[in-house]
Amino acid sequence: MRAALRAFVVKEVHHILRDRQTLTILLLMPLVQVVLFGFALRSDVRDIRVAFVDPSPDHATIALRNRFAATHRFQVVATSANTHGLEPLFQRGAADIAIIFPPDFAAQLQSGEPARLLLASDASDPNTGTAMQGYARAVIVAQEAEWAPAAPRITVESRMRFNPTLESVNLFVPGLIALVLTLVSALMTAISLSREKERGTLEVLFVSPLRPWQIILGKVLPYLALAFANVLTALAAAWIVFRVPFQGSLVLLLFASTVYAVISLGIGVVIAAHTTSQRAAMLGTLLGTMLPSTLLSGMVFPIASMPAPLAVVSNIVPARWFIVITRGIMLKGVGVTYLWRELLVLGVMMLVLMLLATRSFKPRLA
Amino acid sequence: MRLLAVLLRKEFAQILRDKLMMRQMFLMPVIQLLVLSSAATFEVKTANVYVVDRDQSTASRALVQRLQASGRFRVRGASPSMSLANEALLARSVGMILSIPADFERELTRGSMSRVQLVLNAEDGAAAGVTQSYAAQIIRAYASDAPGPPTPERERSVLVDVRVRGWYNPTLDYRDYMVPGILVQLVTVIGTLLTAMNIVREKEIGTLEQLSVTPLPRATFVAGKLLPLWIIAMVELALGLVVARYVFGVPMVGSLLLVFFAAAVYLLAALGIGLAVSTIAQTQQQAMFVTFFIVMIYLLMSGLFTPVRSMPDWAQWMAQLNPVKHFIEIMRAVMLKGAGLAEVSRQLGILALIGTAVLSLAIRQHDRRTS
Amino acid sequence: MTAIAVRGLTRRFGNFTAVNGISFDVGAGEVFGFLGANGAGKTTAIRMLVGLLAPSAGEATVAGFDVRTQAEDVRRNIGYMSQRFSLYGDLTVRENITLYGSIYGLTRAAIAERTTTLLQALALTQQSDALVGSLPLGWKQKLAFSVALVHSPRIVFLDEPTGGVDPITRRQFWELIYSAAAAGTTVFVTTHYMDEAEYCDRVSIMVDGRIAALGTPRALKEQFAAPSIDEVFVRLARPVAESSA
Repeated sequence: MRAALRAFVVKEVHHILRDRQTLTILLLMPLVQVVLFGFALRSDVRDIRVAFVDPSPDHATIALRNRFAATHRFQVVATSANTHGLEPLFQRGAADIAIIFPPDFAAQLQSGEPARLLLASDASDPNTGTAMQGYARAVIVAQEAEWAPAAPRITVESRMRFNPTLESVNLFVPGLIALVLTLVSALMTAISLSREKERGTLEVLFVSPLRPWQIILGKVLPYLALAFANVLTALAAAWIVFRVPFQGSLVLLLFASTVYAVISLGIGVVIAAHTTSQRAAMLGTLLGTMLPSTLLSGMVFPIASMPAPLAVVSNIVPARWFIVITRGIMLKGVGVTYLWRELLVLGVMMLVLMLLATRSFKPRLA
Repeated sequence: MRLLAVLLRKEFAQILRDKLMMRQMFLMPVIQLLVLSSAATFEVKTANVYVVDRDQSTASRALVQRLQASGRFRVRGASPSMSLANEALLARSVGMILSIPADFERELTRGSMSRVQLVLNAEDGAAAGVTQSYAAQIIRAYASDAPGPPTPERERSVLVDVRVRGWYNPTLDYRDYMVPGILVQLVTVIGTLLTAMNIVREKEIGTLEQLSVTPLPRATFVAGKLLPLWIIAMVELALGLVVARYVFGVPMVGSLLLVFFAAAVYLLAALGIGLAVSTIAQTQQQAMFVTFFIVMIYLLMSGLFTPVRSMPDWAQWMAQLNPVKHFIEIMRAVMLKGAGLAEVSRQLGILALIGTAVLSLAIRQHDRRTS
Repeated sequence: MTAIAVRGLTRRFGNFTAVNGISFDVGAGEVFGFLGANGAGKTTAIRMLVGLLAPSAGEATVAGFDVRTQAEDVRRNIGYMSQRFSLYGDLTVRENITLYGSIYGLTRAAIAERTTTLLQALALTQQSDALVGSLPLGWKQKLAFSVALVHSPRIVFLDEPTGGVDPITRRQFWELIYSAAAAGTTVFVTTHYMDEAEYCDRVSIMVDGRIAALGTPRALKEQFAAPSIDEVFVRLARPVAESSA
């Protein structure tokens, strides 16, 4: 029996190794993603392009304009006397912020009443829109301080823990690991199983002395190994290229990854059992695992920001729990004491899915 | 050409009979729009705070009150112990610690500087930044009208009244920003993935070979394959736009015609990529993986989720070659900002260039592989 | 008139020579059986003749056109039925006929007429709007054969057309082949069913990339003193089998 299983696993391994294209992509993908996105995906705002509308320039407006020009973060793209050209400028995407002075700015400053100033930002992206406003305000406040120095009343000292530099890469590496595991475990298994089903070779296996759970095990083991390799590659890349921190226990992370991989494998098996063609299995897995894993797991968009019904749904997405564990281990260095709840949830999910998976293939023998 | 018409009829017959694909094509946009547009926000609603108030004075309590009154912060725990606070942070029961030193009120009334410390859980990165800036804003507001000795400086503490207006998205609705991007993603996936898989399927079952033995010209074959998918992608876009407009109230400030025109040009590139992938993949599975890989890189580097302007220079250069980037810019400009043909003509031009280049290269590759 | 003329046709794949300098002629209206074991090079040879593969060396003309330089003309004048079943399973019988008819340039009227004739001949008139995928294998094969002939080509190439089909259907299939030949179409058929060889006008047997025997079935049986082509084949293939044993 053991020999039969071993032979079976060997056959699967051959299948995988011979499909060079898919294999290359599977091995390369996490690497490319980590490196590319680590370098390229940022949320911080640089090079804010500012357009000035200054109907009657005076010493005050010029002083403020110069300050903006001198600030690294800003880049003056246009200065004009009226607002006519502003709209097309924004529509073309050539400016991010417009500062519109009143015609009597300096006079207003002297008058004792606060001087009015309009700051229009392209808020089509609310995130950067708010950030840009913040930076612009800071420049204005700095200029104010020069005009009338006043001692600050309260200083706010901020510390960002677990990710002091707010490096985006530190944030998405845990999510990336989840994504890769899902992809390899769920998708590959579903496709491979449904392909055998389509070709009819699965029936041959069922007629053999191998029990259903052994068949499934033989099918998923190579993919489990592959998924593992991917996790290690992604972690290595993240550490070597970006110095992503790894505060906690690698063993715990690998353990959690295995549990999560088994869950994904189980999902793949269940989907393959209930679909009739390879394509259906592919699409079903994409919709049923990839989509929720990326959108609802907290990987990209925080769960705290989601509307209540979606937040509830996210509780049944295994990736959601896995990401908490991964982030905890990598960024905070916490262990089982803090993560036991999440680990328990994953464990239960794993058992449920293993049961479902074996059961979904049983009726065929009845 | 009559032959082309026959080919188109064949393709549509096959597609319409494929119940699975039909269901998927109509479900996908709806589901994606529904989920993505609801989930895709970085806005933080309320943050849980642990207060370490070593002063316990009127002033410090007033500060905490101020924070709570803003509706954005909820005090979940309070004690003089920083280590308890850290525990809470570690255990994720709070997202922020506000630490007020013992001399807070004293320093404030004396007119000298008092300090507070904010410690945030930056696991979520974006959320932490947003929370921090809210908190800092509230504290600064508190500072300007906190009790204290009158000083000449204080009288003129606010010199400039900055009125801020966010144009094009006054409600700062993240959904409005995301939806054009989602529609782009939809069109891309359909255009590229389905093209690749469709052609490779013919390769797999052998009909492609059968067709190579016939006098069917390559160009006609390619046109017969790409045109139906082009049409379907446009239909999907229309469907997505309808859902976006009437279910989510996403604005459509600019010209609908321009949106479709831009999509038509963009699809040249998207279909071209699908065709190119079909020349190197032997099985549908390979086609799917390769396309997925490529499309994902394109989508993530296009400004869909993170702004292109924030990327390092080399990535911004790469983005110039990315048709998705230009299409998203056009979509956002037209849908949210009401841009017209003149304003997006540059991006349209680039799209047309990229599209024709990719498509011709792909067709040449296809020719080479099948002759 | 020679329908197919082959001289020293060769095809190499790296170090492996699949087809090693074969030469033969096929006359117009002949039913020519191209036999050989699996892996002997049959499919490679046929693919070169229909223009799917370029020869490494040698020449061939099909319907008078050179396969290398006049591929377009070759395509217009031949029909092909591949080993893998190549009609569209998710299209109806009628739609498949219309598709291939249009590809070969038949007018709408001609297509309609051919469709009726074809359906009647195959007794498929009732199923004209059924999806091809729903037909049993035997019907599919017969349909594929007929579609290969929809444009009345001068030569039709059949690559293992009767694989997996029951004996009665096989017999019917060969009746179709005969009627096509009687109408003047040259039929070039590869098969590894040696009994089908008896139905052909002439056969050639490929062993290891070369033609080991060529002639009418009777002549070959006499030459090798064998009661059947099957026996002839075994005699030819045995030295090979023994040397590799």
